Amino acid sequence: MTIVKHELRQGKMAFFIWMASIGFLMAVCIFLFPEMKGEMDGISDMFASMGSFTAAFGMDRLNFGTLIGFYAVECGNILGLGGAFYAAFCAVSILSKEEKDRTAEFLLTHPVSRKRIVTEKLLAVLIQITVMNLVIYALSVGSIAGIGEEIPWKELNLLHLAYYLLQIELGGICFGISAFLRKGSVGAGLGIATGMYFLNLIANIAEVADFLKYITPFGYAEGADIVTNGCLDGKMVAIGMTIAAVGILLAYMQYCKKDIR
Amino acid sequence: MDAINIKNLTKNYGKARGITDLNLTVHKGEFFGFIGPNGAGKSTTIRTLLGLISPSGGSAQIFGKDIVKEKEAILRQVGYLPSEAVFYPGMKVKDVLKLSASLRKDDCAKEAKELCERLQLDTSRKVDELSFGNRKKLAIVCALQSMPDLLILDEPTGGLDPLMQREFFAILRERNQKGTTIFLSSHVLSEIQRNCTRAAIIREGRLIACDSVEALSKTSAKRVTVHGSVALDGLAGIRDRKEGDGAVSFLYSGEMDDLLRTLASGHITDLSVSEPDLEEIFLHYYEKDGVRE
Repeated sequence: MTIVKHELRQGKMAFFIWMASIGFLMAVCIFLFPEMKGEMDGISDMFASMGSFTAAFGMDRLNFGTLIGFYAVECGNILGLGGAFYAAFCAVSILSKEEKDRTAEFLLTHPVSRKRIVTEKLLAVLIQITVMNLVIYALSVGSIAGIGEEIPWKELNLLHLAYYLLQIELGGICFGISAFLRKGSVGAGLGIATGMYFLNLIANIAEVADFLKYITPFGYAEGADIVTNGCLDGKMVAIGMTIAAVGILLAYMQYCKKDIR
Repeated sequence: MDAINIKNLTKNYGKARGITDLNLTVHKGEFFGFIGPNGAGKSTTIRTLLGLISPSGGSAQIFGKDIVKEKEAILRQVGYLPSEAVFYPGMKVKDVLKLSASLRKDDCAKEAKELCERLQLDTSRKVDELSFGNRKKLAIVCALQSMPDLLILDEPTGGLDPLMQREFFAILRERNQKGTTIFLSSHVLSEIQRNCTRAAIIREGRLIACDSVEALSKTSAKRVTVHGSVALDGLAGIRDRKEGDGAVSFLYSGEMDDLLRTLASGHITDLSVSEPDLEEIFLHYYEKDGVRE
């Protein structure tokens, strides 16, 4: 577990900054809800007149006047996008940074197999994503309790599970990409996360592009669908987890035979 | 058993040259020199031996273990000092040493302390604040603290001041006397000449000579320095001619009779004939007609 501990230490600053930023924004959003609750009728009417923009964010199927409707859109975007960026950032650089920062020579000339390096680095990514999600979940529950609203446990748990799975999928894809890169990895990771987010917006707007929901992890993390259906789309989740597994497998295959320059 | 046994080792980087059909044996307990200028293939050879890059052809064993199949077992016995020491940012020297020991599942605290004292390395400093020389010292301690059976050193003295270089080589000689095999890659020929028993010369990815340092230093060529006036034109076998301060100096590999006759025809005030140093031998090997296959 030496490499896991080392990676957690190396990444702690970025971890705390991302976690604090997402957590803070979510808490602020939740604490704004009581004030906005009374004005929601007007806001809902305004959104209803915005056509495909409303559909893009799933606001046509959610009631903004309820906590879970508000939470699924506002907090969903913060955690969905913020968490996706962090997972991509964390995973895409974890293998490639050794070559980029020229520390690979130090690490790989110790008696540690490449397989073990990949496994421990993957564990470090999963630990960071998991801990961040647990802390944010606890913070959200605390904030909702703090404003005196009843906690919609089922929907809240499903939403957070979906965002967690989304981050695992993006993490898996970016981890695979990381094994192939030698430099400039962060841009690639953030680009993939952004691209996936917009694919879901397109799928929400145009019916012909509905199939895109099966490509992007934001498809099964769509707050409107989760709240409306009261469950996650198992098929989409299965495809997503398969993609993550393929990414991780590719990382093992590539990194174990890669020439380190 | 040999410490290093390389057979027809080849590494191609697409169109760029790597190493070609390298054959080399380093015996256990040897202090071996590996000479060549930048880009000759020294680092490629080392990186292939350490498993950082895969060979395109041939094979190599370290202590009888295959470099491809038994990489981890080999690295347990090897300490490596890279030419450019780079460490993780934000870490303290002592944390880097602990990390290195921990990756080896070893407790090297006593040895690390002694080495840091001898090399005057402050373990409480952050690696980001270290000078190039101090980073090199840290890399030396990392390579040596686990008491490896084989030390692979790639341009080890870059950045070290002369006093530290002396201390470093004193440590290496002590280790060598205790049985550690040392593979020293360098283009500083005096380092090789002073410390190594055998050496190999690499040029454009191919090994062009491998012998004892003493034998490599022996050549039919002599360094001749003449003070006075003499016409050397027409004398065959002259290379590396330098003139200045009323003297002319050259490497001579022609007939001795011809040299004496030519010198006798001039007015000579002083004359010296000596063995060329390793640097001159090295240049001799690096001339196209000096290739020893």
